[in-house]
Parts: sequence; structure tokens; C-alpha cells
Amino acid sequence: MLITRQVEFSASHICRNPALSEEENRAIYGPAANPNGHGHNYILEVTLDGAPDPVTGMVFDLKELKDVLNREVVEPMDHRFLNYEVQPFDRVVPTAENIAIEIWRRLAPHFDRGVKLRNVRLFETEDLYVDYAGAD
Amino acid sequence: MKLTRRYRFSASHRLHAPSLSEEQNTELYGKCNNPFGHGHDYAIEVQVAGRVDPRTGVVVNMDRMDRLVNRAVVDAFDHRNLNTDIAEFRDRVPTTENLAVEAGTRLQLAWREEFGITPALERIRIHETARNTVELSL
Repeated sequence: MLITRQVEFSASHICRNPALSEEENRAIYGPAANPNGHGHNYILEVTLDGAPDPVTGMVFDLKELKDVLNREVVEPMDHRFLNYEVQPFDRVVPTAENIAIEIWRRLAPHFDRGVKLRNVRLFETEDLYVDYAGAD
Repeated sequence: MKLTRRYRFSASHRLHAPSLSEEQNTELYGKCNNPFGHGHDYAIEVQVAGRVDPRTGVVVNMDRMDRLVNRAVVDAFDHRNLNTDIAEFRDRVPTTENLAVEAGTRLQLAWREEFGITPALERIRIHETARNTVELSL
């Protein structure tokens, strides 16, 4: 059975690779390459996969899931400038794809027994989201 | 990694199968059979799948994808009468199902030309209204 919990965080970022020229950065990232940064209201949906516990009737304690998401993602990233304040985005370009990979990396160790982390869906805007389900 | 992007277009249509009688059309399509047609604000979600380029951190160049989808689908359908303005619907009922097939065909052609096989054009989802969605794997 799959269960999904949603949290939100708001953060600013710059999508720019210092190894590339100004022209290349603009061609790849468009307005997101603005060196002063800009922000989004990110919505994160985390999906777990497991069987409901016969005693509790729960796949995973949603309170505990909420605590994990707050500790690993919301508290470190909410109202932060990702490039300057959240590692590894001082050296990894904080595209939606790379933020989803980093969130997966932070969450996966919490779900290694019985229940599995199945999917991380990150909405950057309501018209753009990425799904990451671990390394291929 | 999968990336999904949503685009919008507004169009009118009338659901009417010429091979069926007037009564059968009224029975089958109800209000959608109104001879004068009606319209929707459609949303189309386009999903692509591929590897995140380690140099850029992206699966697909968003600007190229936006231009492709706008050219192949949005500009073609937006503010059109699907029955009269789109040749493929002159003899095919512009249901959301058939619209998805047509949009999918146009996208696949344009996608192959622009991107080849990677990243892969994975699926589209068309929302005719907020409560009515068709999904097509490509």
C-alpha cells in the first residue's frame, strides 16, 4: 500500500553553473540563471510503500513521517537561499531535479526497514514537477 | 528522473458522430452534442523521463521543451474550434480521448525531431475540466 504526505517550503535559488559561460547559463536555465536569485513555493509529496501493521493499521506513523520531513527538509530549506545556506547547493546547481535527489538522499535512511521510500515528487510551481524514485 | 510540465489551451468543440442518428447522438453525448458547440480550458501535462545531466542538473532543456510543446500543440489548438479548424477532427469526434491521441501524435513527431530518443517523451495527460482527465502513455 502506498501512502503520501505533502509538505511545503519556500526558498530562493539561482540556477547557474559557474563552469559555463553567461550565454550557456541563459540558454540552459533561462530567467532562473539571474545571479541575484528568485524563489518558489515548493510542494513536496513523499510516498512510502509498505503493508499496514496488523495492530496499528498504519503503514507508517504519520506523526513520525511529519517529524522526519520537517527535520530533514522543511526546517533546513524553508525560507532559505538554497545556494548559500543549504548544502550541497553551494556546489550542486539547485534545479528541481537536484533538489529532489538531495531530498531522497536525506529521507531514504529513515525508511530502510519494512516500509520503503517509493517516490519523491517536488513541485517547483503548479505547472512543473519532478518525480524521483532513486538511482536507476 | 521524470519531469512533468503543464500547459494550457482553450478551445471549443462539439461531440457528434455522423454515423449515428440525431437521437443516438443526443443520447450518447448529451449536452456536448449541442449543435453550436461549447468550450473548455484544457490543461495538458507532458511527462518526460531521462537521466539528469551531471553538468547542468536538468533532465531536459525547459526552453526547448516549452517551444516544442507550444509549437506542436498549444499554438495549434488554442482559441480554435477543434471540429472546424483542425483537419483531423473533420471526420473524427474531438473527445478528450481523441484529442489526446492527436496531441500525442503531434508531440511524438516534434519530439523525435528535436530530442531524438533521450530524454524520452513518456506520457501526456489532458484535463478537459478539473474533474475529467485522460492519460496516454507514449
